[in-house]
Amino acid sequence: MLEIRQLALDFLRYRGLWRRETVTCLHNVSLTLARGELHAVVGASGAGKSLMAQALIGLLPGNTRRRGELWLDGEPLDAARQAALRGKRLALIPQSLAALDPLVRSHRQVAWAAQRGGAAAPWAAAERAMAQLGLVGDSARRYPHQLSGGMARRVLLAMATAGDAEWLIADEPSVGLDPQHRDGVLDQLRRLADTGKGVLLITHDLRHALRVADRVTVFHAGTTLETAPARAFHGRGEALASDYARALWRALPDNDFARPAAREAAQLA
Amino acid sequence: MLEACDITLGYRRGESVLRGISLQLAAGEWLGLSGASGAGKSTLGQVLAGHLAPRRGSLRLDGAALPRRGLHPVQWLPQVPELAVNPRWRIDRVLNEAWSPSAAQRRRFGIGDAWLERYPHELSGGELQRVVVLRGLAPGVRYLIADEISSMLDAITQAALWQALREEAEARNLGVLVIGHDAALLQRLCQRRVRLERGQLLASS
Amino acid sequence: MSGAAQAKTSQRVLRGNPRLGLALGALALLAALVALLIAQPSLAERAAASDFQARLLAPGGEHWFGTDVLGRDLLARTLQGLTLSLWVGAAAALLGSLIALGLAALACLGPRADVGVGLLVDSVLGLPHLILLILIAFALGGGTQAVIIAVALTHWPSLTRVLRAELLQLRQADYVRLSRRFGKSRGYIIRHHLLPALLPHCLVGGLLLFPHAILHEAALTFLGFGLSPGQPAIGVLLAESLRYLSAGYWWLGVFPGLGLLLLVLAFDRLGNALRRLLTPREAQQ
Repeated sequence: MLEIRQLALDFLRYRGLWRRETVTCLHNVSLTLARGELHAVVGASGAGKSLMAQALIGLLPGNTRRRGELWLDGEPLDAARQAALRGKRLALIPQSLAALDPLVRSHRQVAWAAQRGGAAAPWAAAERAMAQLGLVGDSARRYPHQLSGGMARRVLLAMATAGDAEWLIADEPSVGLDPQHRDGVLDQLRRLADTGKGVLLITHDLRHALRVADRVTVFHAGTTLETAPARAFHGRGEALASDYARALWRALPDNDFARPAAREAAQLA
Repeated sequence: MLEACDITLGYRRGESVLRGISLQLAAGEWLGLSGASGAGKSTLGQVLAGHLAPRRGSLRLDGAALPRRGLHPVQWLPQVPELAVNPRWRIDRVLNEAWSPSAAQRRRFGIGDAWLERYPHELSGGELQRVVVLRGLAPGVRYLIADEISSMLDAITQAALWQALREEAEARNLGVLVIGHDAALLQRLCQRRVRLERGQLLASS
Repeated sequence: MSGAAQAKTSQRVLRGNPRLGLALGALALLAALVALLIAQPSLAERAAASDFQARLLAPGGEHWFGTDVLGRDLLARTLQGLTLSLWVGAAAALLGSLIALGLAALACLGPRADVGVGLLVDSVLGLPHLILLILIAFALGGGTQAVIIAVALTHWPSLTRVLRAELLQLRQADYVRLSRRFGKSRGYIIRHHLLPALLPHCLVGGLLLFPHAILHEAALTFLGFGLSPGQPAIGVLLAESLRYLSAGYWWLGVFPGLGLLLLVLAFDRLGNALRRLLTPREAQQ
């Protein structure tokens, strides 16, 4: 069980040349992730979802201060433990395609990731992970700049899954993909959860996260508002606890596509 | 009426992204354009807005050629707002570059007064996108090319942006080309929808 | 991410502010430069005054840096040399930056001009730096002016390259293309979008060029192609010191060398700090 308890983050930054100010970007963030679960974290861009992911694996920018607790399997997840587990039992699929090394062929990068992740036969593991995502033959051997956006996303996903990570944090893995590739990536995450891994899916796309997720945590303005089972997003959202979550559900184009109620709710929350 | 006739364009010799595309967009009409990534949707949008010159074909606005200088009556609204604003300018200056939207218009797009003092990187993607869209609505603009402007936004921000744009477009009888993947969204917004496939336009079901 | 900023508390504390060191360093550098300028007349006098009673004295109470073979105070001569280097460096860096800016602007006029500028940059970069420097200084007959021109003429290519790449990228940037479609004139775009983005690069590039220029001025003079041996330039001091190093008069080389090193390091740090401060996004971190 991976747990975030009352996580808060402050940025220390400059205002003008000299004065510094503390900006709180996360407060009261709590959620749990179980093995075998696909847990979606949904919210507006800029709400702080990516920062939460960075805090989980211990890769926050230098000017941040963290409060609150992280727990993994009943033991505190501190910086030393994060460093020991990162890339091995705890893997991040980053949002930025710049995370790929531009000078190294992609199958080699996946093999390195597999080796870091403790795979006995890294090349075979890399090949398997890439094949599962449809990266075979020539396309698996390309340099990052020769990959389309969708392929690069799948390489990043393969890197996170080639090792034996038990916990996966996917930060916007489907952004910029067309419907076919988006579904492919989300289905792969679902399969990983079904094999017993805990998957945290961070996304702004509620509609498609609902198709694969077990539970959904709604994130707004730096805090987690509520966690609900995916089936609670149904009908007019009566089963949802917070106004914001209901507004988010109702704002989908195939529901009400509603603004007025939604905007009031956004100000309420 | 914005008319594109026989637009052909390719980035490599002998290979065309767009092959003889003809398209008509009436004033006040909302037209949806979908297609796989790499199909050339964005390229077509940029041709219509005068950002790219086609190798062959012509563009006409009410039967006349488009002006070469001055405010372009067809404005392109890009997908990534962070790239569409000068990172060194404050929002106030960004918003007022093309024209000066009134306080009421700012409110309708949900642009807070406090934002005007900030730099672009101090706004979220959704907030910045509203600034970019309102900036593109200068008087004299007749058509808009909305190139996946809401694909990075959450549902509430997306709905709010489109509602505000719809009000403004209806009041001024603007024609809008909506480029996007999301079938449900295109269905919501557009009376007519087309698909771009292998360089050609197909009517969408 | 910062868009979701809610609670803010600002503080004016001095302690623990990492920029304190930077501010103090910049202030100290400025104070040192001003002091150097004020002390210039008396320095020049001391630097030239020889005292044969006090030849080759080791560093001590009266002469902090020791004295040279003619009994001249080495501290005064080192400071004098650094002042001279500063002028030469500043003039050469300014000239070099102007050449770079001009050529970068030229490259933006069209694809042919761009190819031409690219070719020029590559061919100058392809030639060995120091040899070209020596050739130009030699052809111009040595002296302060020749050194300035030679250093400026050999140091523009790398900055030109940076500025040209930046300009090409800027012209293709969405916000510049949009500005054109908003009906803004070429002049407006240059004044409001292109130049403000380029100036920090130019300023920082020029500032980083400065230590380079000083080093090459010293090298040129050291090799005998630069300033005349009568002038107390750092290069001259270092060249002189070589003759006495083996005899154990270490201070003749060490102090002028250290002075040069400190000056170059200070401007290098300053240039890099300035680059961070001039980008709105990085300035906040």
